[in-house]
Amino acid sequence: MLSFLIRRLLQTIPTVLAVVLLVFVLFSIVPGSIVTSMSDDSDPQVELRMKQQLGLDQPVHVRFGTYIAQLATGDFGPSFRTREPVTTMIAKRAWPTLQLIFAAMAFSVVIGVPLGFIAALKPGGIVDTIAMMVAVSGLSIAKFWLGLVLMYLFALKLGWLPSFGYGDGGLKYLLLPAVTLGVSPMALFARTTRAAVLEIMTADFVRTARSKGMSETRVVKWHVMRNALVIILTTVGLQFGGLMGQAVVVEKLFSWPGIGSLLVDSVLQRDIPAVQGSILVVVLAFLAINLLIDVLYGVIDPRIRYA
Amino acid sequence: MMFRMIAVVAGLGLALAATAEAQTPRKGGTIRMTAPYGSSFTSLDIHTTQRAQDEIYAKALHRSLYIWNSAEGKPVLELAKEDVVSGGGLVHTFKLRDDAYFHNGRKMTADDIIWSYNRIMDGTKAFPGARYVRVIEGAAAVEKGQAKDISGLKKIDDFTIEMKLTEKVDPGFYFFTALTSIYPADEGAKETFIQKPIGLGPFKFVEHVPGSRIVLERWDRFYKPGKPYADKVVVSIMAEAAARDVAFRNKEIDTSVLGPAQYVAYQSDAALKGTIVEVAEVFTRYMGMNPAFKPFTDKRVRQAINYAIDTDLIINKLVKGKAYRASSWLPLTSTAYDKAMKPYPYDPAKAKQLLTEAGYPQGFEFEWTTSPNESWGLPIVSAVIPMLDKVGIKAKVKQVETAVLAEVVRTGDYQAFIYSQASGPDPLSALKCFHSSTPQPACNYMSYKNADFDKIIDEAGQADDPAKRTELLQKANALLYDDAPVWFFNYNKAVMAVQPWLKGIQLNATELTHQNVEDLWVDETSPAK
Repeated sequence: MLSFLIRRLLQTIPTVLAVVLLVFVLFSIVPGSIVTSMSDDSDPQVELRMKQQLGLDQPVHVRFGTYIAQLATGDFGPSFRTREPVTTMIAKRAWPTLQLIFAAMAFSVVIGVPLGFIAALKPGGIVDTIAMMVAVSGLSIAKFWLGLVLMYLFALKLGWLPSFGYGDGGLKYLLLPAVTLGVSPMALFARTTRAAVLEIMTADFVRTARSKGMSETRVVKWHVMRNALVIILTTVGLQFGGLMGQAVVVEKLFSWPGIGSLLVDSVLQRDIPAVQGSILVVVLAFLAINLLIDVLYGVIDPRIRYA
Repeated sequence: MMFRMIAVVAGLGLALAATAEAQTPRKGGTIRMTAPYGSSFTSLDIHTTQRAQDEIYAKALHRSLYIWNSAEGKPVLELAKEDVVSGGGLVHTFKLRDDAYFHNGRKMTADDIIWSYNRIMDGTKAFPGARYVRVIEGAAAVEKGQAKDISGLKKIDDFTIEMKLTEKVDPGFYFFTALTSIYPADEGAKETFIQKPIGLGPFKFVEHVPGSRIVLERWDRFYKPGKPYADKVVVSIMAEAAARDVAFRNKEIDTSVLGPAQYVAYQSDAALKGTIVEVAEVFTRYMGMNPAFKPFTDKRVRQAINYAIDTDLIINKLVKGKAYRASSWLPLTSTAYDKAMKPYPYDPAKAKQLLTEAGYPQGFEFEWTTSPNESWGLPIVSAVIPMLDKVGIKAKVKQVETAVLAEVVRTGDYQAFIYSQASGPDPLSALKCFHSSTPQPACNYMSYKNADFDKIIDEAGQADDPAKRTELLQKANALLYDDAPVWFFNYNKAVMAVQPWLKGIQLNATELTHQNVEDLWVDETSPAK
C-alpha cells in the first residue's frame, strides 16, 4: 500500500510539470500583457521598466526555470496585479470552492446513486422511466439557466433562500449553488448506477449466488452493491475534476468567492502567476482525489491489489 | 446648469431625485450596492486599477483632491477648501482641509498628497493614474526615474500645497477619480495596506470576500458634518444581469445596472418602471478606421461608412433604445456639446456616390476587429455588415477578447475596430486624443492627424475665457465630424434600477455606478437593517 502511494505520488510529478509547462507557454504566447491590462496610457519606458521588474523581459526558458525553482520551494510567487502572494490569494478562495464542490458532490451522490439503483431494480417500470427522464433532463440542462430557475423559485417566489452571495458561508447560501452544480453529476450517477447494477445483476456470480439460495437482499448488498460501487467510484473521481471546471459558471452566477472566479479574472488581467497558481491547485486537487479513489477501490473490493 | 438641462432632455429620472431632496435623510441602515462589471474587484489598492468596477467601493473608502459633482456636471474641490490660481494659470495653491482624518485617526496633511502623487508616478508600477498626475511639472521625470520627487509639487505648510502644471488646464478634471486617491503616507507603504486599506472617505474598510463582496462601515470622523447617513455599505459583485434582476426583484440589493433587454422589461413593468434612473455617460461608441489601410485614407470613404449604416435602427432595435445617437465625438453631457450638430443620416445612395468618387465603385473589403461585448461588439458588427454589404463594402469579422482588443487598438494592429472610449468629462482632454502630438498608444487610436484640428485645440488650450474655449472645442468637434475618422455610433445611456427606499442617487455622467456614498440614505422601508 505504502509503495503504491509513493509510486502514485511520483507519477504525478511529470503530470504536474507538463501542466505547468503548458500553461506557462500558453500565457507567454497569447497577446496582451499585465502592463497594458493595468493602464492603456502607460509610457513605453514604464512598460519596459515594469517588465524588467517582473522579469518579463527574460526569455521564456529562463522565466520557466525561475518559476520551477520557485515552485520547488512551495512558493507560487507574488501576483503581478496585487503583489499579494498567490498562495494567500488561493487560500482565501479554496475553502468556498471546496465547500461548493463537496456539497454538490454530496447532493449528486445522495440523490443520483439511489435513484439509479431503484431504477435498475425494476427496469422498464414507472420508477425507472421517471428516474431516467430526470437523468436525461439533468444532463441536458445548462447550469446557468438552472441556477436562474432555482433562484427564481426558491428566492423570489418562495422566499426560502437567498438568491446570491456567500453570506457567512452558511448552508442557506450554499444550497442553491450546490444544487445547480450538482444536478448534472447527479444525473450521470443515476445513469451510471443503473447501467452498472443492471449489468451486475446478470453476471454469473450473481446467478450463482441466487442458485445457492442466497436471499435477494444479501445478493444486492454483498454482490451487486459492492461491485457497482467500484464503477460509481470511478465516475465520482472523474466528476470531481469536471465540477472544478464547471464551478466557474456557478461561482459567477451566485457571486460565490471561489477559485473559479479568481482564475477567470486573472486570465483577463494577464496576472500570470495567479493563473498558473490557480490551475496548478486545481490539477493537484484533481490528482489527489483520484489517488484517494484508487485507495478506496481496495477498501471496497479487496480483490483489487495495489500491484 | 447647461449640464442639468441636457441631462433632463436626455431623460433623467429626476422624480426620484426630487423626492429625495424633499425628505429629511434618515440616519442608519445599510446601503447594498452592486458591482456589475466582473467576477471580482481587481485590487484593494485603488491606485493600481482603472476599472469602473473598483471605483464603486473606492468612492466610499477613499477621497481625492477633487470630487465629481453630478448636479453641476463638473469636478469640485474636496480635500481643499480653496484653489488660488497664479503664474498665468499654471500654478495652483491649494488650501487643504484641516479636518480630514484617515481611518486610522491621523489627520491628513500636505505630505500625504505629495507622497500619494509621487507613488502614482512610480515608473516601475504602471499605475494608471500616472496619466493624470503627469500634468504636474516634474512628474514625468519621476516616472522616467530621472527624479525622486515631483518638482512641481511644493509643501508650503501642513495644509497648503503648491502645484505647478505643465498645461493650462482645470486640475479638477485630473484629480477627481479614485486613481488619484490620497493615501496615508505612513501606512500606504506597508505591505498590510493592501489587505486592509485606509482612506479618507465616509466609510472605513471592514471586510473583503474576494469574488463576492466588500463591506464598509461608517467613519464617524468624516469631515462633512452629519454625513454619511448610513451605518454600512455592502458592495456585492454581481456580474450576471439575470442574477441581479432576481436579486433586485427579491429586494436583496438596492441598485442594479440594466442591460438593453432588462431596460425594456423594466420599462414595461409597472412595478419596476419607477425604479429606473438613466444618464448619458461620457463614453462614445464607434468604429475606428485605420488611416494606413488604403480605402480609409480617403475622407469620402469614411463618410460613406457613416452614411451607409442605419445607426438609428441599430440603436432602436438592437440596443433597445439604451443609447443616444452620436452626432460627433463629444457626448450629450459634455460641457462643449453642440446641440446644433446633427448625425449623419442613413443614405446608402449618398454612400455609394461617395465611394464611386473615391474610386471604389465596387466597394472594397476590410477586416473588422471586435470583442464580444453586447453593446459595442459582435452583435453590433453583425447588424452592420449587411448594411455595408448593400453599398458594396464587405467586412470580415475578427473576434478577440476585450483585453486583446485594448492591445490591438493601442498598437494600431487593425484595419477597423469597434470600441467604447471615454469622451469626457473634460472636452479639451477628450478632443486632445485626436491631436497629432498625442501618441497612438495614449488615446489617439486612429493616429488622427489634421493640422487645422491641432491649431484649434491649441488655441482652446490657451483660451482663458470659458465661452471662447467652448466655442473652439465645438469647432474642433465639428471638424472631426466632417473628417469622420470613425463611424459615430452612440453615446452610452447608463441605466440603473434603484430601490424606492434608497435616496440621493446622483446622475453621474462619468459613470452612473460611481456614487458619492455619503449623500445616499435609506428610509425605514429598507429590508436591510
